[in-house]
Amino acid sequence: MSTQANTMTAAGKSGAAEAAKSGIWVGIAAITMSFAAFTSAIIVRQGSDASWQHLALPPVLYLTTLILLGSSVTLEMSRRGISALTAGSASGEGGEAAAGGLRWLGGTLGLGLLFVAGQYVAWQQLAAQGIFLATNPSSSFFYVLTAMHGLHVLGGLAALGYVLRKLAGARPALRRSAYEAVCVYWHFMGGLWVYLLLVMRMRL
Amino acid sequence: MQEASAQQVHQHAPPEGFIRKYVFSLDHKVIGKQYYALALVAVFMGMALSWLMRFHLIWPNSKIFGLELLSKVGAPGGVMTPEYYLSLMTMHGTLMVFFVLTNAPFAAFGNYFLPIQIGAEDMAFPRFNMMSFWTTFVAFVVLVLAFVIPDGPPISGWTAYAPLSAVGSDAGPGLGWGQNLWGISIAIFCVGSLLGSLNFIATTLDLRTKGMTLMRMPISTWAWFITSCISLLAFAVLLPACVLLILDRVAGTSFFIPAGLVVSDRLQPHAGGSPLLWQHLFWFFGHPEVYIAILPAMGIVSHVLIASIRRPLLSAKVIIYSMMSIGFLSYMVWGHHMFVSGMNPFSALMFSFPTLTITIPATIMTLIWLGSLYGAKIRITPASLFALGFISMFVSGGVSGFFLAQPSLDIVLHATYFVVGHFHMVMGVAAIFGVFAGTYFWFPKMTGRMMNEGLGKWHFWLTFAGTYCIFMPFHYLGLIGNVRRYSAFVDDFLVPLLPLHKFITIAAFVTGAAQFLFLINLIHSRFWGQEAPVNPWEATSLEWTVPSPPPFDNFGGKHPVVYHDAHQYGVKGSRGDYVMQDSPETVVPES
Repeated sequence: MSTQANTMTAAGKSGAAEAAKSGIWVGIAAITMSFAAFTSAIIVRQGSDASWQHLALPPVLYLTTLILLGSSVTLEMSRRGISALTAGSASGEGGEAAAGGLRWLGGTLGLGLLFVAGQYVAWQQLAAQGIFLATNPSSSFFYVLTAMHGLHVLGGLAALGYVLRKLAGARPALRRSAYEAVCVYWHFMGGLWVYLLLVMRMRL
Repeated sequence: MQEASAQQVHQHAPPEGFIRKYVFSLDHKVIGKQYYALALVAVFMGMALSWLMRFHLIWPNSKIFGLELLSKVGAPGGVMTPEYYLSLMTMHGTLMVFFVLTNAPFAAFGNYFLPIQIGAEDMAFPRFNMMSFWTTFVAFVVLVLAFVIPDGPPISGWTAYAPLSAVGSDAGPGLGWGQNLWGISIAIFCVGSLLGSLNFIATTLDLRTKGMTLMRMPISTWAWFITSCISLLAFAVLLPACVLLILDRVAGTSFFIPAGLVVSDRLQPHAGGSPLLWQHLFWFFGHPEVYIAILPAMGIVSHVLIASIRRPLLSAKVIIYSMMSIGFLSYMVWGHHMFVSGMNPFSALMFSFPTLTITIPATIMTLIWLGSLYGAKIRITPASLFALGFISMFVSGGVSGFFLAQPSLDIVLHATYFVVGHFHMVMGVAAIFGVFAGTYFWFPKMTGRMMNEGLGKWHFWLTFAGTYCIFMPFHYLGLIGNVRRYSAFVDDFLVPLLPLHKFITIAAFVTGAAQFLFLINLIHSRFWGQEAPVNPWEATSLEWTVPSPPPFDNFGGKHPVVYHDAHQYGVKGSRGDYVMQDSPETVVPES
């Protein structure tokens, strides 16, 4: 039995910063599980139904996919400027980088909103063809999956807005780990959407 | 993004004012107590429902005083209808499984003691923590609303099997808005549980104090940590299931309702849905849920037991690894609830094997507890009695699981009281015994006052004997073919069983009444109990190093340093036969 305190474990103070990072991964695990449940529901539901009708996905979805992936790129572009803000050099060259970082972050937020609008257009296009939530199992799953993903994206947008508001103030006050956590979450939303698009294209 | 702000996150000042202090509190200790209080309200409601059901089973035509006030339709003139019996059964199960067995051992005690046991000032995300309690509270209110709407609570049971739960009010009482409320309540409950689990995991991973390695955490902390991992993944599946169920009910989709279904002479406007899909999704959550209830109780019992026998368990590590493997295996066994649901018989075999495998870690744990007890001089307190009672219940209820795990036997036993007896003992009563053990053990820390020991012992013996009198005969009834979910036993083959049912009903009333001893003890001790010292049980973990009750930030602004694991009993320490986790002294074995 060792009687020495193990100094390798996280001490209380730095742990607070770490918690946002592990928290977001834990959240991602839960969201992954939920969408795994939806996926297996599609497979089981399809297996029990001989009269399954396939759904032609609205083409606008490919555009929204590009928009969402593009927003991940702009978010990465914001990283250098946000680092300058972290270092606290909001004047001179660092100030310019910081302003650039905020612009990229704002761009990400804009693209995210555009994505949500695009998803809404996709719904409108389906509705115009007379395909609604309860029309057939494919459309049911389509609306449920896009709505659930959309809700999670809206959560991400709220988080991006929060980060932007905290950083754009006169005295930027935000933990680096909070920004990192939002980045991880936002990239995950992109990855999740690509997965869902593939599932919907192959199964629905 | 300054370093300074990072350090301030967990040093929020003590709140002023009643609302911030006791209602919308960010303090994990207050939130833990709130969960406990909610579970206490729910458990007495659930128990009252079981009394009503047991009374009705014996005297189905008798008037129950005041019941018509609860539901004019369900109990015209105070006599319960068979359908209302099912409504009460649904509410009993839902209240007990979600709001008692999930809330009390896991959310209540976990919230209060996990941060203290790892030396943290609070949970990682105090705001999420507050939200998780209040969403759970909203879920409770939404569920209980089902009592007051004219429709009444749903009759589909706590498992809400589709298509009964999906088709709507055509299918029977409570299946209109009652079932909607049920679905909404459980969906909200899922959100609360997910937030709570996220918090538990991040806190355990990141907020451990200096020296608190993972293997130095008390077994109770380990149990809450493993449970939060199970809970995170289980509720993440129940939530989508509830969403799909609600859509089938209100939006006309057909996820769970098959084609050509005629209910009450009406062809249902749905097609192609799979009732088995609901069962798969539900039990994928439902079986891990059993372990969400029992694992924290195992942790609490181990924690209480070590302090009572004054020596370490034979192997704390094996207990922890066993809990992990139970958690892992819990995701592979859900199909054993569906042996008679029309699954492919080969899948039944696939689920039977891991089900039997899961008994191995469970048996190992039991053997470790019993082996550690062998030759030990145990300090008899209400807490240690309930810990011993837990082992007894867990074994008695678990043994019948060996039978039920075999598909061929389950086909005979599935729809009988045998199953009811099995799960009430192994997950219901056993987990509640864990909660009782935890309450008697930690009450001094939570309130600063001791509970009455004599009353506690009376409570134990009455509850212990009483629950055996109730649930042991269930197994016998099941073996001779007593079907479950019947509201009265009027068929020829069931009438001879009525005397035994009468005995069970009387035992249920006596055992239930004994719980008021606990309630009186709880309330009386809270206000007039003897003042508690810092460490009344001479235990080693960090919660016993802080005042009773602990201050707002637990450790008074200091960060404790940990030098040992929590099992340093039976050693030569400066205080006696134990060494505290935060004591730098070298451990010398006594013998």
